[in-house]
Amino acid sequence: MSIQVKDTSIFYGDFKAVEDVTMSVKPKSVTAFIGPSGCGKSTFLRTLNRMHEVIPGAYVEGKITIAGQDIYGPNVDPVAVRRKVGMVFQRPNPFPTMSIYDNVLAGNKLNAKRMKKSEADTIVESALRGANLWNEVKDRLGKPGMGLSGGQQQRLCIARAIAVQPEVLLMDEPCSALDPISTAAIEDLIHELKSDYTIVIVTHNMQQAARVSDDTGFFNLKAAGQPGHLVEFNPTKQMFTNPDNPDTEAYISGRFG
Amino acid sequence: MTVAADPGADPGVDTKSELSGRGSVGDVVFRGIAVTAATLILVALAAVFIFLGIEGIPGFSVDAQHYTGRGSFLGLVVPLLFATMYAAVLALIVAVPFSVAIALFISHYAPRRIATPVAYVIDLLAAVPSVVFGLWGAVVLGPYLVPAHTWLSENLAWLPFFDGQPSGNGRTLFTAAIVLAVMVLPIITSICREVFAQTPRLHEEAALALGATRWEMIRYAVFPYARSGMVSAVMLGLGRALGETMAIAMIVSPKVIISLFIIGTNNPQTIAAYIAQGYKESTPDRLSVLIATGLVLFAFTFLVNALARWIVARGRAK
Repeated sequence: MSIQVKDTSIFYGDFKAVEDVTMSVKPKSVTAFIGPSGCGKSTFLRTLNRMHEVIPGAYVEGKITIAGQDIYGPNVDPVAVRRKVGMVFQRPNPFPTMSIYDNVLAGNKLNAKRMKKSEADTIVESALRGANLWNEVKDRLGKPGMGLSGGQQQRLCIARAIAVQPEVLLMDEPCSALDPISTAAIEDLIHELKSDYTIVIVTHNMQQAARVSDDTGFFNLKAAGQPGHLVEFNPTKQMFTNPDNPDTEAYISGRFG
Repeated sequence: MTVAADPGADPGVDTKSELSGRGSVGDVVFRGIAVTAATLILVALAAVFIFLGIEGIPGFSVDAQHYTGRGSFLGLVVPLLFATMYAAVLALIVAVPFSVAIALFISHYAPRRIATPVAYVIDLLAAVPSVVFGLWGAVVLGPYLVPAHTWLSENLAWLPFFDGQPSGNGRTLFTAAIVLAVMVLPIITSICREVFAQTPRLHEEAALALGATRWEMIRYAVFPYARSGMVSAVMLGLGRALGETMAIAMIVSPKVIISLFIIGTNNPQTIAAYIAQGYKESTPDRLSVLIATGLVLFAFTFLVNALARWIVARGRAK
């Protein structure tokens, strides 16, 4: 599902956090957002499933459509948006009191449908296979999700997100709390998931952006205290070899940020 | 005295190196105060226990006439203990849903500018003296609830709680339980509110990002996290309800009986109210009976608290 963003600004009360973003995210591709800390890339990511609304006083101006549907339309329920747009967070956050099995099914149970056991088993297996976790946990599905390693927990969270078959998967620095091997596992997974989902990932790691993404957006602050804005949005190959904007080149080559 | 042991000696041969603790006056004083305070509270508790033991044990076996017509100590204390527990549990049945709902409102539903004053007002409830609650229950709430008593006895008489002749003035265990509920509500609310507010944002967002509504988020993230805190809040409320005297003593016209019936004129008597109403016209034997019931109450609340802690600790270990 493609995502169209037009003239979008994000506010926290009076404070303008991100200004005037326009971009078009291609369906079934990986789009990465890079930029220095505090430039609003995570904030912007959260507006794609209306998670920024968790903070009181946050609102958005502009227009964001996913698969042609305005997600800020007057009759749109943010809860419904989040069921279509899954999210994986910076730190793995499986529900601590739930087993691996229940964690995967958490989103499906929210839809309040009574599921048959066989149906539930199928969902759990396919979601865990989808997250490359099945072989590691298939013998201990009843054990708590918190007992897994950090990287496994993060893949469990990805399994939980894809179990509800969202259209879009947002990832907010999904590897920043993980070791290199777990990171590699997640990156491989992103490559595989791309064939089924539209993925948007925020990362601090430019090599990671270069490795996993098809398109890259570079966010930056105009100056301290100013809102963040989208400096450049281009295919990743071009961003990392021949960017349009000198600021992008300076950031990518490590001269600031 | 050798030179090395003298603190005022030549700094070059100072045996007290710069790394050794300096033991400043403030530290010593504060430590002294803290240790004294901690010791005193233990001594006070032990003293209460010893007092209850020495003065109360004779009360276990005095002349039968002192047991309010119940024949023996056991015959007296069992109904009292039953009533104490019964009143407290009734109060909790009313108070817990309200407390949890109010706490959730404050922590997760209300905008901050409303939540803060509401929290403050609830905390203020805890500052109202129990005599005032007792008076209010007997004079205002009781008469006001008379129609409710009548309705309950007419429509829900198939429940043992409401099966009988309703009281005409509302001064019943039913009214008392509601007053008790108001009294234990602040403590349960404020503890629940604290734990709810500490739910890690990460867990809440995990639920929300899956498309949970606010109530679903609370069920998925807040309640599992807060469960042990809620248990201890309820247990603390239970502790307060068990020991509460005035509300019961002032509202109900009690009798030492075991009865589930809560809207009549004869209501089961709780230990604390029994002591409060009996100690003035006491002979020494009678007094030792009262103190013996106090000892039972003390041991019982102690057990309840221990049980609460055990439950909380077990919940945490998981």
